[in-house]
Amino acid sequence: MKYLHLVWASLFRRKTRTLLTLVSIIAAFLLFGLLDAVRLSFDQAGQSANGAKRLQTGARLSFIQPLPASLEAKIAAVPGVKRVTYANWFGGAYQDPHNQVFSFAVPPDYLDLFPEVAVTAAERKAFADTRIGALVGEQLAQRFKWKVGDKIPLQSTIFPDKSGSKNWPFEVVGILHASDKKTGGFFDQMLLLNWKYFDETTPYNRGAVGWYVTELADVNQADKVAKAIDALSANSDHETRTQTEQAASASWMKQLADIGLIVGSIMGAVFFTLLLLSGNTMMQAVRERTGELAVLKTIGFSNVSVLAMVLAESVLLLVLGGVIGLLLAALLIPVVSAGSGGMLNLPGVGVNSWILGVGLMATIGLLVGSLPAWSAMRLNIVDALAGR
Amino acid sequence: MAKLIEIRDLSKVYERGKQKVEVLHHIDLDVEQGDFLALMGPSGSGKTTLLNLIGGLDLPSGGSISVGGQRLDQLGGGALAKWRAAKVGFVFQFYNLMPMLSAQKNVELPLLLTKLSSGERKKRAAIALQLVGLADRTAHKPTELSGGQQQRVSIARAIVSDPTLLVCDEPTGDLDRQSAEEVLGLLRALNRDHGKTILMVTHDPKAAEYANHTLHLDKGTLVQEVSA
Repeated sequence: MKYLHLVWASLFRRKTRTLLTLVSIIAAFLLFGLLDAVRLSFDQAGQSANGAKRLQTGARLSFIQPLPASLEAKIAAVPGVKRVTYANWFGGAYQDPHNQVFSFAVPPDYLDLFPEVAVTAAERKAFADTRIGALVGEQLAQRFKWKVGDKIPLQSTIFPDKSGSKNWPFEVVGILHASDKKTGGFFDQMLLLNWKYFDETTPYNRGAVGWYVTELADVNQADKVAKAIDALSANSDHETRTQTEQAASASWMKQLADIGLIVGSIMGAVFFTLLLLSGNTMMQAVRERTGELAVLKTIGFSNVSVLAMVLAESVLLLVLGGVIGLLLAALLIPVVSAGSGGMLNLPGVGVNSWILGVGLMATIGLLVGSLPAWSAMRLNIVDALAGR
Repeated sequence: MAKLIEIRDLSKVYERGKQKVEVLHHIDLDVEQGDFLALMGPSGSGKTTLLNLIGGLDLPSGGSISVGGQRLDQLGGGALAKWRAAKVGFVFQFYNLMPMLSAQKNVELPLLLTKLSSGERKKRAAIALQLVGLADRTAHKPTELSGGQQQRVSIARAIVSDPTLLVCDEPTGDLDRQSAEEVLGLLRALNRDHGKTILMVTHDPKAAEYANHTLHLDKGTLVQEVSA
């Protein structure tokens, strides 16, 4: 610690260059913080205590392939299954195709399996009794300023009605509230419509089901029950794949886009560029201080001390920029989430992200500093003092 | 007086590419404790090389060199660094101060290698700066000081850890006459009043007059000794 002022002074010897490098590091770690939050929000989909009690059964081939309605009774009869329900993807958009709404056609008992979604009994009854009724997530309702009683038109991006029109009228009959905002953010975003209305209106569904949701009697039996459900359709034209809700969510996301790979690739490119940039800064900084380093050695600083000071300078540069970048990310994430009108529900910069971030700062700092530190350590005093 | 430096059959050969250049040839020299010695000679005569060997900055190619009873030619890099920190103070022609540190922090640098507390380091640096007449310039950075003042800060840095030996390589080479005389007067005071043994390389005969003895080097050989 007694060398800290010396390391700090060396770091800011060329203020402009150091500040420009710091800005690059801040930008890189700000991006890391934001992208890591995006990755985490995708990873957390389906991760909840209630989610662990549920299995999701979809077509083995692709999640867009439908399953027969007759499977419901067979699944309900599988030992270990407490309840079963189903859903279809509707693919709605409001006013503009860019205003995508996570909309699902479900039977009235669907929410029985989702105790983490709070909705009043009166609203549930209204949903069951109203053919064009829709239950709307809280944030979604806020986003489009919908309230109970509103008539809203949605355009399905997939399903037309019998006349060929893709415009579907709905009436908001209730608001869905996620009781746990951390894990249930998705429910705040979705719209549920009556499966019967959906199935009878579009000529393309004909009683088919998108996927089944099963509530387990015993969480520890998940694997056994999943295998038993899949065995029901083995060697048929509608073979199924049953997974936990978390695995199914991850699989869905992966079919849309491999977020982990995308985030990893972007960050890899960013950090590689950062490595070259800050490496160049450190090399220049040490090269122009050859005489000063020789003086330190002359007055008795050992080779190892000089090596450690250059490494400390490099790590300090990365940690300083990295911590500012992550703090900015922590400040920006709620702003981005709020600004998205509920479309994005990003988690904050958590302990794991900080640990990973600080690890990256230290690793990049050591990598960047190793070559100039090695040169400084091997510096010949007599040659350096003579300017050779 | 006791001998501080004993040099026997000292030679130094540098390799410049495939060429070998013998800079010092079989030097024998004794320097007594408390002496003030000037080393003179033309450029390339080996003055700085001899000074570097005595200061433990370089190792000889042959012969032996002993300072305060310690055989420097037998020490490794780490031990030599420790020895320099404890026993030698260096003064350079171009001061070689850290430009980003204040005078006080520059003087404190050698004390960072000791176990002294921050308060004690600060106190000793202040005393050293007072000794060289710069008590009112402690917070100034090198660029805010004149050449003579910078050299005095450099002398304060050299003496702050109370070394036995001061090696000075052209300490007045970059100074005007008045500043040079102030610096030389300061070195003489350190020698007379504080008992520091001083070895000074110089081209300037007037500077050499401040020393007790003057040695002349020519082509790597000691050619004569002149008493002041």
